[in-house]
Amino acid sequence: MKAAAGLQSKLHYDETFNCVQCGYCLPVCPTYETMKSEVHSPRGRINLVKMLAEDKIKAEDLREPIEKCLGCRACETACPTSVQYGKILEGAKEVLENAEQKSITQKLSESLIFDQMFPSKRWMNTIGYLSWLYQKSGMQKMAQRTGITQFAPLHLGKFESVLPDLPSPAERKNRARLFKAIGSRKVTVGFITGCVMDAIFYETNRNTIDLLTKAGAAVLIPVNQTCCGALHAHAGKIADAKLLAKRNIEAFEKEKTDYIVNNAGGCGATLLEYGELFKGDIEWERSAQAFSNKVRDISQVLSELDGLSFTKEVNGTITFQPSCHMINVQKVKNEPLSLLKQVKSKGYREMNDKERCCGSAGIYNIVNYEDSMEILDSKMKNVKETNTSIIVTANPGCLLQMKLGIQREGLEKSVRAVHLVDLLVEAGAVSK
Amino acid sequence: MELLMEEIRSIIPSDQIFTSLADRYSYSYDASFGSYLPEVVIQVKNKEEISSLLKLANTFNIPVYPRGQGTSLSGGPLPVKGGMVLDMSQWNGNLKIYPDDLVAVVSPGVLTASINQEAEKFGLMYPPDPSSAHVSTIGGNLAENSGGPRGLKYGVTKDYVIGLEVVTPEGEIIRTGGKTIKNVTGYDLTKLIVGSEGTLGIITEATLKLVPKPPASKTMMAVFDDLVQSGQAISKILTSGILPAKMEIMDQSSIIAVENYQPLGLPIDAEAILLIELDGHPLAIEEEMKKIEVIFKGFESVKVKIAENQDEAQSYWKARKLVSPAIVKIKPTKVSEDATVPRSKIPDMFQKLKEIREKYDIHLVVFGHAGDGNLHPNIICDKRDTEEMIRVEKAVEEIFKAAVELGGTLSGEHGIGTLKAPFMEMELGAAGLDMMKRIKKIWDPNNILNPGKIFPEEGQKLVLRE
Repeated sequence: MKAAAGLQSKLHYDETFNCVQCGYCLPVCPTYETMKSEVHSPRGRINLVKMLAEDKIKAEDLREPIEKCLGCRACETACPTSVQYGKILEGAKEVLENAEQKSITQKLSESLIFDQMFPSKRWMNTIGYLSWLYQKSGMQKMAQRTGITQFAPLHLGKFESVLPDLPSPAERKNRARLFKAIGSRKVTVGFITGCVMDAIFYETNRNTIDLLTKAGAAVLIPVNQTCCGALHAHAGKIADAKLLAKRNIEAFEKEKTDYIVNNAGGCGATLLEYGELFKGDIEWERSAQAFSNKVRDISQVLSELDGLSFTKEVNGTITFQPSCHMINVQKVKNEPLSLLKQVKSKGYREMNDKERCCGSAGIYNIVNYEDSMEILDSKMKNVKETNTSIIVTANPGCLLQMKLGIQREGLEKSVRAVHLVDLLVEAGAVSK
Repeated sequence: MELLMEEIRSIIPSDQIFTSLADRYSYSYDASFGSYLPEVVIQVKNKEEISSLLKLANTFNIPVYPRGQGTSLSGGPLPVKGGMVLDMSQWNGNLKIYPDDLVAVVSPGVLTASINQEAEKFGLMYPPDPSSAHVSTIGGNLAENSGGPRGLKYGVTKDYVIGLEVVTPEGEIIRTGGKTIKNVTGYDLTKLIVGSEGTLGIITEATLKLVPKPPASKTMMAVFDDLVQSGQAISKILTSGILPAKMEIMDQSSIIAVENYQPLGLPIDAEAILLIELDGHPLAIEEEMKKIEVIFKGFESVKVKIAENQDEAQSYWKARKLVSPAIVKIKPTKVSEDATVPRSKIPDMFQKLKEIREKYDIHLVVFGHAGDGNLHPNIICDKRDTEEMIRVEKAVEEIFKAAVELGGTLSGEHGIGTLKAPFMEMELGAAGLDMMKRIKKIWDPNNILNPGKIFPEEGQKLVLRE
């Protein structure tokens, strides 16, 4: 029996033929390294997608291999024939999502997370408020002391202990919408504040605005922006991802900006692919592509403006853990490093396999906790070998994961993890 | 099968046994053509496991296929008759360099590039460098007798193996050769097993010869307006007393494809580019490079550039590296051949390939290791287009014929596997092929180990369609 043409097109069956099965993706795939079998390699997954499209296997046979993929897309960078793995992966996720029989509770909790929480400023702010309250009220200390956090579902207890300090609700509420450039204005940028970034790493967002204005950019924060849709797309909820994308495109179309800036590698990659997401959509393709053309990572804009100098020495030696989506999708590789090298410190040391995923991967570390920790352990081995005291990251997921890694290794006293933006502020960034 | 599985479970830990449909499909292919579903996949981790499994396989008459990382371009590990795939890729724990003996001892799943990396720490080099060295396992390289660009000066895998530990098709554990460079005790079983494509035994440990790492290297790019002249220049250099480490060629179709894929400023109206790397003592290679420049000046249609530093050298080699991704942008399927001719016949082979391209109206690109006559005619096609694939099959057959008629061979470095088996008699003759079959029969009386490879079945033809 032939699989329906609709299924083949959803699975990007034609794209699978571009894989020549050379296996060059195997050595760069973190799950192939830790899970040690071909089903958990990019080549294996592409082949299985093809097998499903040819009706040789069932959707359920594909589920585990696809769900265990981090989506780090290191395989795309290694692939000698430029197979669009990300596209194949998202197609497979969408097909699996539609094939799954879900229980009512599962449906409700997913709807809560994907439809209510992530796209909602109010929800994200609430999470920020509650976390602030939890920290300030002494509840955190008590919970940690009594060990109650270890009973939190999905290992969330492990993550709560690495949360940064949060701003008060008043401060959150009073953030301005427009920030003028300090000195002469070179560009105007729109800032994507992000969901997790704004909820948990509010301080980093504040620092981002600070650096941009000092470097000579006017910064706008469009009120109607929403979640970028990365987590939805990665979960196979393409229709939801498109809805969110449309809201963002509309929100930024109203503003006159040169760039649309983000400080989260994963969001940046999704925003950059809005054009691809709406390919063939007569109504939206053009504006989506125009949006994507403006998307930049904060490190790109700061490098281009070249308007900062750094006045204070940072106490410690530095290593850098790049975000997968930043290097493999956005192809932003050199800018964060060149910024880091302008910072005065006790030295920069590169870690082995620095471009390998840390295992955070959106919410992978929550839904596939054990697998994610194996990948993290292999990353931390490389971190320890550098003997550095500061791990710099460029994505909220990676930052939390590295904090967790430091805790797992018992290195809290000697090592800390920090977002690139925060380190630049700490290094005394001032206008040139 | 049920009984066999029960026996397997009694000797192999369950986390090393894969039986799900997804797992079985994942070990059904390699980097060549065709997909064959095995009944079970077993990740083996020591020689005792392999020995027991082969004994079981003989009792139950079930075929066994050793597999590294599945990068074979000739179909070497394909489970063409169902049965058991032994995944050797996870047996990679042993990689030890003995610098005073200039040897390395390795387990079969070690990646080939890691051996060279480890040797470099001691100022040594493991020369064989297949393009897939960072993915392919040494076990697979030994089985297929793989080559690479450095083959010109340093030879192929078989030139660097001095000792093996092998499980025979009947499950006995034997050792061949040893740790010494000189060793003439009895038949050279080491050389027989290397390149036997997993049909005579499963390699469980290898002792490899290392050489001192050359202290310096230098790269040159020569651009030709005339393809046949480039062939003549290759012969002229090789007879001048200079032995380059690498000498690679790209024809016009490859140059155009690369330039369309990623503009590097390559001359798209040139008929060929030769890339030459010399290695050795810095003063010696300086001198030799000058000599090569003089030789090139004897040809009218050539422009020469010598890389001033490592960065520039790498940018030249980048062009060669980009050929593979560039050509599959034209069409997705790549039939990569490695027919090899005596070096004096390179110009004739070019001429033949040109004729074949026109006759079958196919997209034929030529690049490869010109210095050792190991060309890679690559046919770019689409395996969904049956009519085109039939023309491709005929063209491939003619490429092999041309190579053999010019005194060459079916395979310089990829092996015979399933793809070239139909042409074996053409090169070896009936009696020659029969001697090989007799060896196989004696080693493996029940035809357990990797059946369907090297030797053609009655009336077997090349088929590139699934």
